[in-house]
Amino acid sequence: MTEPLVHAVDLTKRFDDFTAVDTVSFDVSPGEVFGFLGPNGAGKSSTMKMIGAVSPVTEGTLTVFGLDPEADGAQIRARLGSVPQENLLDTELTVFENLFIYGRYFDLPKTVIKERIDELLAFAHLEDRRDDLVEPLSGGMKRRLTIARALINQPDLILLDEPTTGLDPQARHALWDRLYRLKQQGVTLIVTTHYMDEAEQLCDRLVVMDNGKIVAEGSPRNLIERFATRDVVELRFPVGMQVDEQELDGLAKRVEMLPDRTLLYTDSADQTLVNITERPLDIESTIVRRSTLEDVFLRLTGRSLID
Amino acid sequence: MATSGSLLFVERNARVYRRTWRGSVISTFMNPILYLLAMGLGLGSLVDDGGGSVQLDFDYLTFLAPGLLAAATMMTATGESLYPVMAGMKWNKYYYDALATPISIRNIVVGHFGWVTVRILFTAVVFTGVMVAFGTISPATALLVIPPSVLGGLAFAGPISAYAAQLENETGLSTVFRFVITPLFLFSGTFYPIDQLPNWMEPVAYVTPLWHAVETTRSAALGIETAWAPALHYLVLVAFLLGGAVVADRLFHRRLNV
Repeated sequence: MTEPLVHAVDLTKRFDDFTAVDTVSFDVSPGEVFGFLGPNGAGKSSTMKMIGAVSPVTEGTLTVFGLDPEADGAQIRARLGSVPQENLLDTELTVFENLFIYGRYFDLPKTVIKERIDELLAFAHLEDRRDDLVEPLSGGMKRRLTIARALINQPDLILLDEPTTGLDPQARHALWDRLYRLKQQGVTLIVTTHYMDEAEQLCDRLVVMDNGKIVAEGSPRNLIERFATRDVVELRFPVGMQVDEQELDGLAKRVEMLPDRTLLYTDSADQTLVNITERPLDIESTIVRRSTLEDVFLRLTGRSLID
Repeated sequence: MATSGSLLFVERNARVYRRTWRGSVISTFMNPILYLLAMGLGLGSLVDDGGGSVQLDFDYLTFLAPGLLAAATMMTATGESLYPVMAGMKWNKYYYDALATPISIRNIVVGHFGWVTVRILFTAVVFTGVMVAFGTISPATALLVIPPSVLGGLAFAGPISAYAAQLENETGLSTVFRFVITPLFLFSGTFYPIDQLPNWMEPVAYVTPLWHAVETTRSAALGIETAWAPALHYLVLVAFLLGGAVVADRLFHRRLNV
């Protein structure tokens, strides 16, 4: 067993009376992509800031690279790459200057920084924007630049707080591709997201957070097996028709009635569909799909809207 | 040898300044020239003809110039203690950027004051250069005049940086110029000795750093005695700088270490 890169026991973060992170425990191993999945306000970002040694731990134990963030913050940050939720780029400066100044914060020699900037611009597909100001760049470009900048010190661990929020599908896929390449190089990644597809695509292992607590932990596949079924059958009934839950009894392992549709969680969609035809149900449309992390997520964190 | 984080932060500010220096350089050069022309020569001829220079022991331009120098370092220090701090905390948040790297909050505080010192020094050097060109001081005297004027600026940088560190929005920025800097500029002995003011107003000047900066700077420029013992004037200025810096350090930590 290798030493965990990040080790947290009963980690807690409080702001005055508000508990943002409530006694969470987890380990992140070298080389893995570890995810924090949760709705807004679940405590993901607060956890990331503590790992990043920029926000003090209120209670509990946290070590990063075996070091204490309180005492050895600068040493930890020297080996970290941080991609915060907001891009925090200096928009009055050029792409090159943003990278260069950031590199100097790590006290890297100027020649080394210049070499790395060339590599990173290629990595981020920004070679021809090298001497352009940051402000006119698109959202996707700014995000890629922020990620490139986080790599300037060749970090062992990269913290990505909602890396693709607000990006269009092309930009998201391009970013996932970049992150996957980093993983292949052996870099450890910690990602927060509220996108299920992102978690499924990227994460080897993840925890679901809700209200500051970890409510489940496992690989995406494993979580789906444990908290959802293999398949989901979605039924839509004609407008205005009321269906009694008892009429659906025995069709699936679990039934969820939503205002616009009804979800049947089942291990065999084929069997469920056969059974449905045997009942006198007036069904407008049927969709059959595999369970996703989204089903797990909604089951664990509820359907009510979180502001 | 590892460069200290504070120095790296000063380097950052210098690099950003290298991109944006043009506007500020022009005002750094133009302000002393315009003020010395308008006030020193224009208003000055009236003062001198009216017997003012007899009372002052100097022609008005010579009397005025060191006062304006002290006011100029005050302005630079104030601007550099307000806008960059607001930007670091609120606007583009470059403080947070730096804090994700080995740079610490203390590095940011020390680096901030380091860079403000550089900017004040630049203002003082340019201004004394203009004074030499106008013939109000000799080049040798210029070297004596720079230290008190820089210290005078720093006496503002301390408390104003602390003030900026707790601002939530930018309306508080113009308040400083409107209610602190402009009144001080007019009533702290820059344009005339404060004993020209009504008696009740004189003590107000004692508690403001600008009067002490004007006294020490003018004394160095003209070789005259200061109103109080020089050590007392310097003590007040150092107290403003250190007191402000300590409070600023506290407030930077409170704001950034959450």
